[in-house]
Amino acid sequence: MTRFLIRRVVQTIPLLIGISILAFLIIRLAPGDPTVVYIDPNKPPPSAEDLARLRADLGIDDPLPVQYVRWLGNAVQGDLGFSLSGRRPVTDEIGERLPNTALLGFTSLALTVILAIPVGILSAIYRYTVFDYVITVVSFIGLSVPGFVVALFLIQVFAVELGWLPSTGMHDVRENYEGWRAVRDVAEHLVLPTIALSAASIARWARYQRSSLLDVLNQDYIRTARAKGARERRVLRVHALRNALLPMITIGGLSIPQLVSGAFIIEFVFGWPGMGRLAVNAALRRDYPVIMGVTMISAIFIVLGNFLADLAYHWADPRIRYE
Amino acid sequence: MSNAVITLDADARQDSLWRLTWRSFRRHRLALFSLVLLVVLGTLALFAHQIAPYNPNDIDPRNPLVVRGTPQPPSLEHPFGTDNYNRDLFSRALYGMRVSLGVGFMAMLISIIVGVLVGAVAGYAGGMVDNVLMRVVDVFLSVPSFILFLALNAILDPSIWNLILILGFFSWMDVARLVRAEFMALKERDYMLAARAVGAQSRRLILHHLLPNALSPIVVAATLVVPSAILSESALSYIGLGVPPPDASLGNMLEDAKAWMLTAWWMWVVPGALISIIVLAFNFVGDGLRDAFDPTLTRR
Repeated sequence: MTRFLIRRVVQTIPLLIGISILAFLIIRLAPGDPTVVYIDPNKPPPSAEDLARLRADLGIDDPLPVQYVRWLGNAVQGDLGFSLSGRRPVTDEIGERLPNTALLGFTSLALTVILAIPVGILSAIYRYTVFDYVITVVSFIGLSVPGFVVALFLIQVFAVELGWLPSTGMHDVRENYEGWRAVRDVAEHLVLPTIALSAASIARWARYQRSSLLDVLNQDYIRTARAKGARERRVLRVHALRNALLPMITIGGLSIPQLVSGAFIIEFVFGWPGMGRLAVNAALRRDYPVIMGVTMISAIFIVLGNFLADLAYHWADPRIRYE
Repeated sequence: MSNAVITLDADARQDSLWRLTWRSFRRHRLALFSLVLLVVLGTLALFAHQIAPYNPNDIDPRNPLVVRGTPQPPSLEHPFGTDNYNRDLFSRALYGMRVSLGVGFMAMLISIIVGVLVGAVAGYAGGMVDNVLMRVVDVFLSVPSFILFLALNAILDPSIWNLILILGFFSWMDVARLVRAEFMALKERDYMLAARAVGAQSRRLILHHLLPNALSPIVVAATLVVPSAILSESALSYIGLGVPPPDASLGNMLEDAKAWMLTAWWMWVVPGALISIIVLAFNFVGDGLRDAFDPTLTRR
């Protein structure tokens, strides 16, 4: 186990370096000049010497590999550079937004697990019944309607028509709540984004759970269990479910990139003050250090998610031995 | 089925992969219906220029409706209503579908080309080359691609072609993995040994013996690239970093609707419904193809 852990951790390092090289190359393909962001249009244009000094300070004239190694060296020490438009360290900008995105992401993941797995299991047990067909149709709709269209629909119905829930932001800006009232305020703002973000993954997980349980139910050992006279309840709980849940761990790991991408657009629609909005604004302003920072932080979450999924799989399935 | 045994000899030659697949695909009613729907929508999109009753980008500055900027609800004159510039949404939807489907298909082509190339080289060469290429695949799979879509679209000039290139170059990984797996499994087969024994070169081995056998997983994976590219296109256009205005795409029609959400539901329902229907249909066709290609699967 320890050896597996060590090897798995070591494997993630070249992966993260590869991601950072890819992101760095893509972002620096840019024909534009990043110094533009620094120039105040209300003041007289800076002299050529000033510009040259600025470029030297930023290190933009060095060859790309030099710039990359410098970025990597700083990043390893927790310094992601300086936001061009925010005029403060990128880590500050991200640090402010990360908890909000994490809150949205984890709530969605929790909602997905709580809803999708039981629904998938019931769908497999009552396969080819009206219930199963209804769930199938609903989950195909969930899979095909883009998250931000779901978001628009939710806003239309629950915020506009019914007026039950707020449609933008994370807090009620008109009030200054404290204590429990503040928590409830955030929770109310969280409801619609969470549903919009989870809709597709609930549908996908439920489908996988259904087919994975169906696969298991067709196995010989299930027939053996039934032949021994085990009751259906026992067959399900002791023999089928444990094995049918295993593939869900892999699905969980694999859906993290989609969750991250989805969160970005959902944050944009709902004005949720997370990393997604930060990234959109940074992209529009060509704020390279911020784009790079958000990319790497998200990549770490994705890689970490896959790692945890591997670990969970290892823990849950004693047949697997990584040696 | 009953006379299959008698006419086996005559039939066996005609039963190509495609014929068998088609026969089995036809039985998948939802997939067949989706395919028909996609063909109909595709034809409408292709002939948007001939079908559309109005110019999709035409803004008449003298029209009082344009001056007041009020979207018109669906009517006989405008079956899908109009937007705030009094542009006919039916016409815009036709053109928008053309752009969205076009982006999806072109991204699929790129993903096939890159994916087959990478997968074939990795699977055929094996060893170190395979190892390196698969790590590259891992990188592309774990990179948060949506941020890079944002960055690239902001950096490069906004254009449909840039969008296609970006989406295509971030969606080839599944194809590459499938082609590689298929090549790995196939290259040890006896028929490959036989082909090599008669002196076939690598080029011939890959193009004539390996690739045709790997075709079915490629087709399935490629079918599924289209809906995900369409979803990404619409998301990017919604943010304002996709297909540049005034050209309509299903995504930037949604962006236009942003300010009118509360008052003009038809402005977002029309493109939203079209995107969902197209994506759903592609998923069904992909599922149907997967089942049809799989000879081990028995129909219930």
